[in-house]
Amino acid sequence: MNGIPFAREHRVTLCHVCGYVCPDDAHECPRCDSSVHRRKPNSLARTWAFLIAGLIFYIPANVLPVMYTTMLGSSSENTIMSGVIEFAEGGSWDIAILIFIASVIVPCIKFLVLGLLLVTCQRRSTWAMRERSRLFRFIELIGYWSMLDVLVVALVAALVQFHGLSTIEPRLGILFFGLVVVMTMLAAMTFDPRLIWDAEVEDVR
Amino acid sequence: MTSTTHAPMTDTPNSGTQLPAHVPAHTANSMQTGPVQWIICEHCDSLYEALPLSKGESAHCLRCAAVLGRSHRLSIEQLLALSIAAFVMFVFANVFPVISISMQGLHNEVTLWGSVQALAQGQITLIALVAGLAIILAPALQIALLFWVLFHAHRNEIAPGFKMCMRTLEHLRPWSMLEVCLLGILVAIVKLAGMLDVHAGVGLWAMAMLMVLIVLIAGKDIRRLWDELGVEPL
Repeated sequence: MNGIPFAREHRVTLCHVCGYVCPDDAHECPRCDSSVHRRKPNSLARTWAFLIAGLIFYIPANVLPVMYTTMLGSSSENTIMSGVIEFAEGGSWDIAILIFIASVIVPCIKFLVLGLLLVTCQRRSTWAMRERSRLFRFIELIGYWSMLDVLVVALVAALVQFHGLSTIEPRLGILFFGLVVVMTMLAAMTFDPRLIWDAEVEDVR
Repeated sequence: MTSTTHAPMTDTPNSGTQLPAHVPAHTANSMQTGPVQWIICEHCDSLYEALPLSKGESAHCLRCAAVLGRSHRLSIEQLLALSIAAFVMFVFANVFPVISISMQGLHNEVTLWGSVQALAQGQITLIALVAGLAIILAPALQIALLFWVLFHAHRNEIAPGFKMCMRTLEHLRPWSMLEVCLLGILVAIVKLAGMLDVHAGVGLWAMAMLMVLIVLIAGKDIRRLWDELGVEPL
């Protein structure tokens, strides 16, 4: 595996926007004019910042109600978890599991995996590099599915507008939940997976 | 520097044999000269020499197993046709309601724009912007920009503003969430079906087709235009 040369050993850098192989002293890609960095600037610090912001927003996202329902005079507020439980109790297990995966499991996996990647990269660990690369690609792939709950609330709130009979309104929790998704997406985008492999060799900045 | 002859794994579903699609770079000297195409793995910075892939093949990085490249399934002409189809489907998906409901003689229906508006209330307006970007603005821009660059590419021209269009397409990709939106519509239908009469609208079918089209045309594959049109680096 050590036979494969690194791009930096040949004094070239990848342009992430167009895939062009740039000379590594270039600040802009000669082909598409976007800025080129040998490594994403301040990758670890920025990813930590977005990750921690996401974690902080995750608390109000779960505690505050995301939906306010009035049905023939009686009204109720739902948080994300109470919505899942309601589905499960109502017998639609499939939907309950789907929403639970999208709104709880996916964000938690992202927090854990990004945290793991950040800590191992900071310690310059050479443990399971291939698997950690795979983990990163996995969270990049699943990240945006958490938006599911936001869109469901939007659709339901737009539909159920029978004044006097039944209305559904979005509540503040959904804003925080949407921000969690955006923050974790930004965290994954600012993380530079090449840092995983830099542990093998001398410092690259 | 010693030369090695590693060849990344190549999936060849038809033949099952391994073809060396990419070989690692050998010497620094060959970098500057010669018509050799290079590929850098975006996940681990490994450098390979690019070889053309035949249909159905994909090249993987030996170091981190990421996909380095896939063969092109569609021609420019086909991509252009699909982007026009995507435009039509986009219009249908946005003009017609995606879900309609009725309850005790009352009737209501929702379009994509309507659902974004439902979020635009007071404190939470910010999330309406995110949702609007994810399900309306990003797909719309993707379709428009793809049509623009593909229309010119079809005539063997480099579209005016080509660089900006291609950069914007790259940055839009992660924010376009039609797949999630489609699943959201289905969940909303099941959710409401318990208490009301729910009907899928024309918009939903258009949405489903639009999603497939966007997956086909708006992937990373569009980067091939840089090479195929021969956009010269400065």
